[in-house]
Amino acid sequence: MTQIRDDWFHPLAKDGDEKETVVRPSLSYWKDAWRRLKQNKLAMGGLIFLGFLALMAIFGPIFSPHSVTIQDLPNQNQPPSSTHWFGTDESGRDVFTRTWYGARISLFVGLMAALIDFFIGILYGGIAGYKGGRTDAVMMRIVEVLYGLPYLLVVILLLVVMGPSLTTIIIALTITGWVGMARIVRGQVLQVKNYEFVTASKSFGAKTGRIIRKNLIPNAMGPIIVQMTLTVPSAIFAEAFLSFLGLGIQAPFASWGVMANDALPVIISGDWWRLFFPALFISLTMFAFNVLGDGLQDALDPKMRG
Amino acid sequence: MGRYILKRFLMMLMTIFIIATLTFFLMHAVPGSPLETERTTNETIQANLEKFYKLDQPLYIQYFDYMKSLATFDFGPSIKDPNRTVNELLERGFPISFELGIITIIIAVLSGVLLGILAALRHNKLLDYGAMAFAVIGISIPNFVMATLLIQQLAVTWDIFPPATWKSPMHMVLPVLALATGPMAIIARLTRSSMLEVLTQDYIKMARAKGIKPVRIVFRHALRNAMMPVVTIMGTLLAGILTGTFVIEKIFAIPGMGKYFVDSINNRDYPVIMGTTVFYSAFLIFMLFLVDIVYGILDPRIKLHKKEGDV
Repeated sequence: MTQIRDDWFHPLAKDGDEKETVVRPSLSYWKDAWRRLKQNKLAMGGLIFLGFLALMAIFGPIFSPHSVTIQDLPNQNQPPSSTHWFGTDESGRDVFTRTWYGARISLFVGLMAALIDFFIGILYGGIAGYKGGRTDAVMMRIVEVLYGLPYLLVVILLLVVMGPSLTTIIIALTITGWVGMARIVRGQVLQVKNYEFVTASKSFGAKTGRIIRKNLIPNAMGPIIVQMTLTVPSAIFAEAFLSFLGLGIQAPFASWGVMANDALPVIISGDWWRLFFPALFISLTMFAFNVLGDGLQDALDPKMRG
Repeated sequence: MGRYILKRFLMMLMTIFIIATLTFFLMHAVPGSPLETERTTNETIQANLEKFYKLDQPLYIQYFDYMKSLATFDFGPSIKDPNRTVNELLERGFPISFELGIITIIIAVLSGVLLGILAALRHNKLLDYGAMAFAVIGISIPNFVMATLLIQQLAVTWDIFPPATWKSPMHMVLPVLALATGPMAIIARLTRSSMLEVLTQDYIKMARAKGIKPVRIVFRHALRNAMMPVVTIMGTLLAGILTGTFVIEKIFAIPGMGKYFVDSINNRDYPVIMGTTVFYSAFLIFMLFLVDIVYGILDPRIKLHKKEGDV
């Protein structure tokens, strides 16, 4: 009878153990979305451009020795040169400096409109979707009527009545603008509220406010963020459009829309830079937000997870 | 179907009523009277004028009078230009604006759908990338910038088209182009993505297996389903084109309704602002109503009598 010797037995190689561990680092929903967004070059380009724009809106005027409001009549309508990088306007003001001041106003209008829409939309849509039944039916009927109102006409009407100013523009843009957000939030909440973890939360005795804040909103966030990235450019566009009709920011301040409007009479005489720079930045900003919104839509869509 | 149309119709009247009421009270919330001018007017004249425009009546009576005249399509006189009524302005301006709008929509839908189909058929090829790059640029450039660029290049530098007014088909090219680019780009993107989705479906494979010609598959089998998202956003596009006419008419000096509307805003001519806003809104809301019905006819799968609460 052979003896069972200890040296017959070898400890298993180390790698056997490691097969049990998770190879990939665990990814939360947001990390995963960010990873996918990073692969989308166009969307990242948009994000980088917007970061640059925000920095320039804050610090851009510092680089320029020229004032945004002081007029310099001998130097009116100068083409771009080494002193005036983007040229000057009919009062001799530096277009480069004014462009970054315009960026402040345009971005501010866009971001404020998106934020206000976000809060009202979440509150209204969250309650309608969560309560359901009669509450939902009544609240959505109101939304349907508001949705049918021609948005820009209401905005124009309000601006005529309240007089054009930055605050009025933001109020006018958000007074009907939250409706789209409310619809999206409601749709998302209707979907999410039937999941088991919400039932579990309820059975632990969580209150309505907590369920909406902790369970429903975080899980409905994807489409909401996409909607926000699309609200910003449409608000910037609306502001430019209103300024163009003479209902925007008043002189001496300038948004891109005001600058484009002021440039119209001289464009025919060949002073292209007056229109070119504000128009370029409106277009680039709209472009950046649109590709970023598209990229986020893909990145935040759980179906795209691979 | 009948019940659905009736329900939509009542909703439409409700929305128009709300817009008219809102407009009336907003206009009366404006501080000062529309009759105020820089010149000091004699008090008796002022009183007589107020009496003529019924501004001396209590607000609710003015409101009922206003609603009564709206119901008979009478929008009242212009205050800044007493020889004209708002109805005259609408009669003169609306046909021109309508023409501009209709041509724009036709061009935008036809070329947008065609571009979208081509991009979808050449998916991930050069044509697709080209079409989509064009579409994103088209969406990003505001129409007033587009209009100015077109005038500057095609009218001033190259002198191919007349730069302004609305007389011959040649005059229409630039305004229509400026107004149509944005909607066309949006339609092209939508058509492309929904076409891509439809083309992978089984019934298309089936049609291909049966040996139906590709052109016929695209236009008869796929397009009808792929068009649904386009019809859905038609309402938004119409609203965009309608407000777009304000700036386009201003830039190209086209004597349409948009021009009167912008002028009335700048002159604070309240009856004209009120009249045109209500007219525009009613027109737009009516178009949305038509779009809803067309949607129902195009897609028999949509249940027209939806349950309360679904959107």
